[in-house]
Amino acid sequence: MVGIVIVSHSVKVAEGIYDLAMEMASENEHIIAAGGMESGAIGTDAFRIMSAIKAADTGDGVAVLADLGSGIMSAEMAIEMLGDNINVRIADAPVLEGAISAAVTSTSGASLDEVIAAAEEARNTSKLS
Amino acid sequence: MSSKIYDCIEMIGNRIIENKDFLTELDREIGDADHGINMARGFTEVLAILPKDSDNIGDLLKKTGMTLLSKVGGASGPLYGTAYMQAGKVCAGKTALTAQDGKAVFEAVIAGIQKRGKAVKGEKTMLDAIIPAFEAYSAAVDSGASVNDALDAMCKAAEEGVEYTKTIIATKGRASYLGERSIGHQDPGATSATYTMQAVRDFIKG
Ligand SMILES: Nc1ncnc2c1ncn2[C@@H]1O[C@H](COP(=O)(O)OP(=O)(O)O)[C@@H](O)[C@H]1O
Ligand SMILES: [Mg+2]
Repeated sequence: MVGIVIVSHSVKVAEGIYDLAMEMASENEHIIAAGGMESGAIGTDAFRIMSAIKAADTGDGVAVLADLGSGIMSAEMAIEMLGDNINVRIADAPVLEGAISAAVTSTSGASLDEVIAAAEEARNTSKLS
Repeated sequence: MSSKIYDCIEMIGNRIIENKDFLTELDREIGDADHGINMARGFTEVLAILPKDSDNIGDLLKKTGMTLLSKVGGASGPLYGTAYMQAGKVCAGKTALTAQDGKAVFEAVIAGIQKRGKAVKGEKTMLDAIIPAFEAYSAAVDSGASVNDALDAMCKAAEEGVEYTKTIIATKGRASYLGERSIGHQDPGATSATYTMQAVRDFIKG
């Protein structure tokens, strides 16, 4: 199953998204919340994200959902530092809706590319119609 | 006794830490009021973990970058982290640098920041101080100016770059959410980058 890493500047945001995504996923889904800094302060830390990607991977790859600015930059650094060992991609998607779509899709046994596509599709889903 | 490269990084760190409140104030105007806090937190840790007696420039720059990467927290973390790590690569194994090495360091730093942040000149970021500073430094070195004169030209261009950021709209980073309202404010990252270059100049000029 494709693993999922949720990156946010805030520990609480990442954990909250984790809770919401897990409701839609199977119990053995590997979703890891990588929010905030080690100290709990607001921010992102490439090394924390790197550990989360490793923890999320079961061999089928990892989809990363990230919030603003440095969330993306720190995730990119983490992926570069990991080298080619893990098949990991960042979804160009809103972090909450993207994480839920990714969780549902991964639980169905989809590939990393399919999980990323589902997360990115969340950008186009209208909420009012 | 501490090595020269340690002393230089210490000078940079102290300059940033001394200006923590000002950098944070600048970020309050067009961001989330944390740039000084972020950078001071990063450099406090850098100064605590760097080996004082090592004169391996590449190694100390790399360690500085890795520490900033994990401790700064904001966009400036991966950006300065990448910058120092790329500078460290250029200086691998070196215990002294020439004026030409300085150009290679600048090139690697700019390429690293651009790869990470995907910004170009004129988007109200740290690059608006760093790119003109590099151009002025290189032009001076290439025309045979003394190192001191090249460093002065570098800092003058960086300071002008900071002034220029007041006149433009932010299109990258958090300040881009403000759009037109970002005009009139100087960019925090361009300011911290200028402090960095001033500290290097003051260190080398002694
Ligand atoms: N994409 C980018 N490219 C280059 N510099 C950037 C970019 N995004 C932000 N910056 C720089 O980072 C500074 C803000 O740093 P900081 O406040 O520490 O991070 P954050 O914006 O995440 O709170 C800005 O003033 C700007 O100079
Ligand atoms: Mg900020």
